[in-house]
Amino acid sequence: MKKNKIIVVRNLSKYFKKIKAVDNISLDVEKGSIFAFLGPNGAGKSTTIKMLTTLLIPSSGEIIIDNLDCLKNKSEVRKAFGIVFQDQSLDDELTAYENLDFHGALYSVPKVLRQERIMNSLQLVNLSERENDFVKTFSGGMKRRLEIARGLIHHPKILFLDEPTLGLDPQTRNNIWGHIKQLNKEEQMTIFFTTHYMPEAEQIADKIAIIDYGKIIAQGTLAQIKEKSKSKSLDEAFLSLTGRSIRDENATSLDRMRMKRRLRR
Amino acid sequence: MIEVIYVMWLRQLKRYWRSKARLLGSLGQPILFLIAFGFGFGPTFQKAGGGNYIQFLAPGIIAMSTLFTAMFTGIEVVWDRRFGFLKETLVAPVARFQIMLGKTFGGASVAVIQGTIVFLLTLMVGFRPSITLVPLAFVFLFLIALFFTSMGIAIASKIEDMHAFPLIMNFLIMPLFFLSGALFPLNGLPKAIEVVVKLNPLSYGVDGLRSSLTGMTGFNMVTDIVVLTVLSIIMNIIGSLLFSKIEL
Ligand SMILES: Nc1ncnc2c1ncn2[C@@H]1O[C@H](COP(=O)(O)OP(=O)(O)OP(=O)(O)O)[C@@H](O)[C@H]1O
Ligand SMILES: [Mg+2]
Repeated sequence: MKKNKIIVVRNLSKYFKKIKAVDNISLDVEKGSIFAFLGPNGAGKSTTIKMLTTLLIPSSGEIIIDNLDCLKNKSEVRKAFGIVFQDQSLDDELTAYENLDFHGALYSVPKVLRQERIMNSLQLVNLSERENDFVKTFSGGMKRRLEIARGLIHHPKILFLDEPTLGLDPQTRNNIWGHIKQLNKEEQMTIFFTTHYMPEAEQIADKIAIIDYGKIIAQGTLAQIKEKSKSKSLDEAFLSLTGRSIRDENATSLDRMRMKRRLRR
Repeated sequence: MIEVIYVMWLRQLKRYWRSKARLLGSLGQPILFLIAFGFGFGPTFQKAGGGNYIQFLAPGIIAMSTLFTAMFTGIEVVWDRRFGFLKETLVAPVARFQIMLGKTFGGASVAVIQGTIVFLLTLMVGFRPSITLVPLAFVFLFLIALFFTSMGIAIASKIEDMHAFPLIMNFLIMPLFFLSGALFPLNGLPKAIEVVVKLNPLSYGVDGLRSSLTGMTGFNMVTDIVVLTVLSIIMNIIGSLLFSKIEL
């Protein structure tokens, strides 16, 4: 019945001590599609991704990934996805190559194929010459690129990308999105990503969801979202849906009201 | 499964080998103890009829350095959590107990190497072990390493604060070491101390090492092996359970 849905989320919530980080969200992602998950800082994007990738246990709700219950079949579910985290997760004291090789081994990518993919992804992110350097000698952007390269070593059914292009130059961003799009086409890899660059979402996503204060406030195709907010661009739509104030500071009274609602009593 | 354990193990060894400062720094304490206690208490020990004190003390110091290194494997888990790498291993499609096993073997191997280096140092200050049972001594070294590595990881799984971890470790390590029979013989102790020493897993490691290297024995080697093996298995299971419950 939900055959073509590879991610199904129902009434998912995550409460931290004081705050509802994710507040009763539901969403569907179709197999082989590219899904953009947008929202202002602190909206709950990373928390949602952590729950989808078994790193956090939800306070309530249901997650089905690749027809498996994410809470009951953790190790099975982990076989279905790969993830590029928002913050660093490399081993500084290993070389670039060693980091990727370690990853390939954990995901049981066969030796020969692993070698080939490591070379290719290093090339893609322009780090081939630095493959034997320690990661601790890399710049921030280089580390970011290596994280992405690592995410592309094993080809999972679903690839989660939490702000993959944060802090990267336009050339690299183009390369990376081009490659991701290709993977999506050639291998029907489902892509679930977050970003703060609206044009990226505009150009690449099939479906978009916008989350704000832990709640999903809009969901659909680009056209539907623009239509809903009567805007010409996604940028405009995003601002009109989420308000123009900066999060947690200088909040307008409407924002403050929404924030209060989010605090747990 | 073997490959996962292997890569986890390999990573641990690489990190150890590349950090020469850590390697050398952790030899300081055993050397200090060996010299201060060995030469300081030596004459008194001899006068009291205990024989050559270095001969008695050396296995205890070897056990100590193994204990220290093993327990501090846990700190790598805390660091990995703090610096993000733990996420990479925790989302991988492998059972968490395999990751735990790999880490345990990695940490234990490092601890055995460290113990071996200290063993060589004790030879330089005059320790003269009997050669025949040296292989058995390595079995004890490995069991000590295994038990305390598992314990270090188990504790680290519950502690997120990277500053608190070394404090907690020191709080545990010192009593474990001082009340293990590493420094003094077990016979003729006050009852209370004797009970504590017998409850201390390290005592069995120290005793096993000492019996196999010098023939001086307190419990007996079969007891030592059985106790350490059983405890290592239990501790590894506890460690695996706690490790598999980690959330980020
Ligand atoms: N471990 C935690 N403990 C307490 N609160 C947390 C924790 N993790 C996240 N939060 C809170 O949950 C809310 C959502 O955080 P989350 O990281 O999901 O935001 P985000 O949408 O990814 O934001 P950004 O765009 O800045 O990455 C924030 O208010 C944050 O402070
Ligand atoms: Mg985030």
